Amino acid sequence: MSDSNILSEHVRQEIDHWKARFPEGRQRSAVIGALHAVQHHNDGFLTAELMNGVADYLGLPTIQVYEVATFYSMFQTKPVGRHNVAICTNVSCMLRGADDLVEHVENRLGVKLGESTEDGRIYLKREEECLAACCGAPMMMVDHKYHENLTLEKVDEILDGLE
Amino acid sequence: MSNDLVKIEVDGKEVEAKKGQMVIEVTDRIGAYIPRFCYHEKLSIAANCRMCLVEVEKAPKPLPACATPVMEGMKVFTRSPAAIAAQKATMEFLLINHPLDCPICDQGGECELQDLALGYGRDISRYNERKRVVKDKDIGPLVSTDMTRCIHCTRCVRFGEEVTGLQELGTTERGENMKIGTYIEKSLDHELSANIIDLCPVGALNNKPYRYSARAWEMAQRATVSPHDCVGSNMYAHVLRGRVKRIVPRENESINETWLSDRDRFSYEGIYSADRLLTPRLKLDGEWQDISWDDALQKLASVLKAVAGEKVGVLASPGSTVEEFHLLSRLADHIGTTNLDHRIRQRDFSDQVNDPLQPWLGCSIEDVEKAGAILIVGSNVRKEAPIIAHRLRKASLSGSNVNVVNHAEYDYYFSLDQHIHGAGLVEQLAGIAVAAAGNNLPVSVANICDGVRPTAAQTAIAKSLSDAESALVVTGLIAARHKASSVVRALSAVIADATGAKFGSLSESANSAGAHLAGLLPHRGRGGALRKNVGLSAAEIPGAKLDALLLFGIEPDVDLSGSGNPVDELEAQKFVAAFTPFASESLLRSADLMLPIGTFAETSGTFINCESRWQSFSGVANPVGEARPGWKVLRVLGNLIGADGFDYATSEEIRDEFAAALGEIAPDNRYSGTRSLSLLDDVDSAAEQQDVPMYQVDSVVRRARALQLTPEAKRAAGNVS
Repeated sequence: MSDSNILSEHVRQEIDHWKARFPEGRQRSAVIGALHAVQHHNDGFLTAELMNGVADYLGLPTIQVYEVATFYSMFQTKPVGRHNVAICTNVSCMLRGADDLVEHVENRLGVKLGESTEDGRIYLKREEECLAACCGAPMMMVDHKYHENLTLEKVDEILDGLE
Repeated sequence: MSNDLVKIEVDGKEVEAKKGQMVIEVTDRIGAYIPRFCYHEKLSIAANCRMCLVEVEKAPKPLPACATPVMEGMKVFTRSPAAIAAQKATMEFLLINHPLDCPICDQGGECELQDLALGYGRDISRYNERKRVVKDKDIGPLVSTDMTRCIHCTRCVRFGEEVTGLQELGTTERGENMKIGTYIEKSLDHELSANIIDLCPVGALNNKPYRYSARAWEMAQRATVSPHDCVGSNMYAHVLRGRVKRIVPRENESINETWLSDRDRFSYEGIYSADRLLTPRLKLDGEWQDISWDDALQKLASVLKAVAGEKVGVLASPGSTVEEFHLLSRLADHIGTTNLDHRIRQRDFSDQVNDPLQPWLGCSIEDVEKAGAILIVGSNVRKEAPIIAHRLRKASLSGSNVNVVNHAEYDYYFSLDQHIHGAGLVEQLAGIAVAAAGNNLPVSVANICDGVRPTAAQTAIAKSLSDAESALVVTGLIAARHKASSVVRALSAVIADATGAKFGSLSESANSAGAHLAGLLPHRGRGGALRKNVGLSAAEIPGAKLDALLLFGIEPDVDLSGSGNPVDELEAQKFVAAFTPFASESLLRSADLMLPIGTFAETSGTFINCESRWQSFSGVANPVGEARPGWKVLRVLGNLIGADGFDYATSEEIRDEFAAALGEIAPDNRYSGTRSLSLLDDVDSAAEQQDVPMYQVDSVVRRARALQLTPEAKRAAGNVS
């Protein structure tokens, strides 16, 4: 059922890198890093097979990988759009109009938070917590990249630029 | 843990405690009750239910008793207003999302949450919002789920991770969405998995086969002993109107602790299988007819009186009671036959005269986990004796050097130092024996070890056994069923002897030891006295041309492992009488008379387990149909054929007579064979090894419906799920 052959050589190297950071026998600590690597190379989401692959590669029960993958909001366990758009709605951003941004983007893309556009281009991430860029609020993260001091126009421009 | 003592005060009483102990361990010891859900003495500390909050002097907030270590001079208040307030507040939180479905919940009446809600809950909820709902999961045929009732104590998760070593359940998602489950739908697959039913403090995980069939308070709880393996796990049968409704573990720290294997817990379903034999039946001109007990026993007695003693055979299941064995053995004495045996799966009898008087583990079950080095020989131990496997796992976790020599690779869920598999047992053991004994090999195995050069792994095993202060070599059931089991045993004994290890074995079913002592053997009588006329062994009896054969608790097609087809062979016998709870297909074909006897739940009796512990139990359920306890049937038969002294009134009388006749026999595994053993070419190959599937070991288990639906049973049947 779980077979690490599904992981590419490149991903394995990345996992090895994370594994090496923790003491022998504590490979469970490398799960977050490993899942990041796997998700990054799979269009931004995880599958059960990939999680099983990670479990097999790290020598863990599969459930321990599922636990981590479902706990953290940065892991997607269902297929999502190619580009991950996460608009911060935490206190600072909210005070600077994040809710309007969310409403605007939802209307423009025709999807709600947590949904992907039909063409599979954009995934509008479920409720995003503080990303520690309060001085540039409101902000959003698109595919690991921060965009700060957003306005409606700036958001449109960024979204339109996504392939 | 340090042995230094500290003095603390609990509710104004001064108490001594060990340094490093948690407050709850101390209060439990002195009987000051603190409510709890997540704390369990066999599991790690989670401190996530917060129910055990207590007030501690100078602490600004209440502290969880399960995770607060004692300190000198600490003053703990378990019933102070602050402690009670904290406990009540926790209870209110726990009840926010807990459904109010106690009337339709199987846990009702034996629910820790229900009990504590009575003590610590408010009569009226202040919570008006919607309760959360969690989808149920299908986690297999043994455990039902109502996950909305879950309070996230994580006992079941920790049980998998810490006790079984196979973590199947986990906590997925978080916050309000957190849930316990397998994430990918799958059946629990560990042989101890159903213990989570007992661990679950609420009705989230419950007994699936028992579901909705009785209420906790209307059943009687009766103590009994497991009949399926040589451990003799202690258990309670919960009985309603004479019927076993479920089985739960009975705590016995020196045997099964608080656990019970799934096989022991769910086998009772087999008692009520549709093919129970309800009345005695006689085959007349090829047609089965119901007859009365009187006629049936008269018929059998007349057959037995008419035939020559040496033309009678007796085969008994090793799961029969001591009392039954004793009476069978006495009947055989009276009839004048030595063709009696219980070693139904053994295939090598060539060196039986050097077998120990009774199979013995070599130490107590508890001491298994204290051995510094262990060698397991020819055993799928998790399936053969789950509780022994659990002790081995504990040994491994505490740093013992555990090694396995097997023909096949099995999963152990604990770390092994050397895991040798793939080659023949004899070949591997010879290597270890040479590594351990060098040139001092006894003559019995010298021939077999001739020219053998130990591999690195074999040498490592020998060394770890020699180096350990207390080492143990245990042979399992695959070794016992080996075609050259005498050689396997001799080699294992040599290894143990040369390394100073204790030597022991697992044995078939619950009472192989009892059968040995009672003389259910062709070469030894009661107490191990050698017989002058060595009779036929279990392998020879089915094919021998006998005039009468008694089968006691045997299903020929699956229980016997002679050379030919046992059912055909039995059909060719003149008269076969089967004492059996079930009217099996193979008995319908091969027997001439069937007498319904009770299963383990319907008779009183005694089992002697692998550590030579005698455990007596009473019948817990009403016999089905006209079935009668085996000992009563044998008693009447004894009287009918004119045997002396068959006027027992109770099974205890039989046991006491037997015990008195035995005197003191200390179990002893020393091997003293001096004959040079040899080996046929093919007997050691992997294809020749016999591993009986876990849920096929005896007639009751084979009929346990839920067990037959488990992944384990399906794999054995070839339908991989």
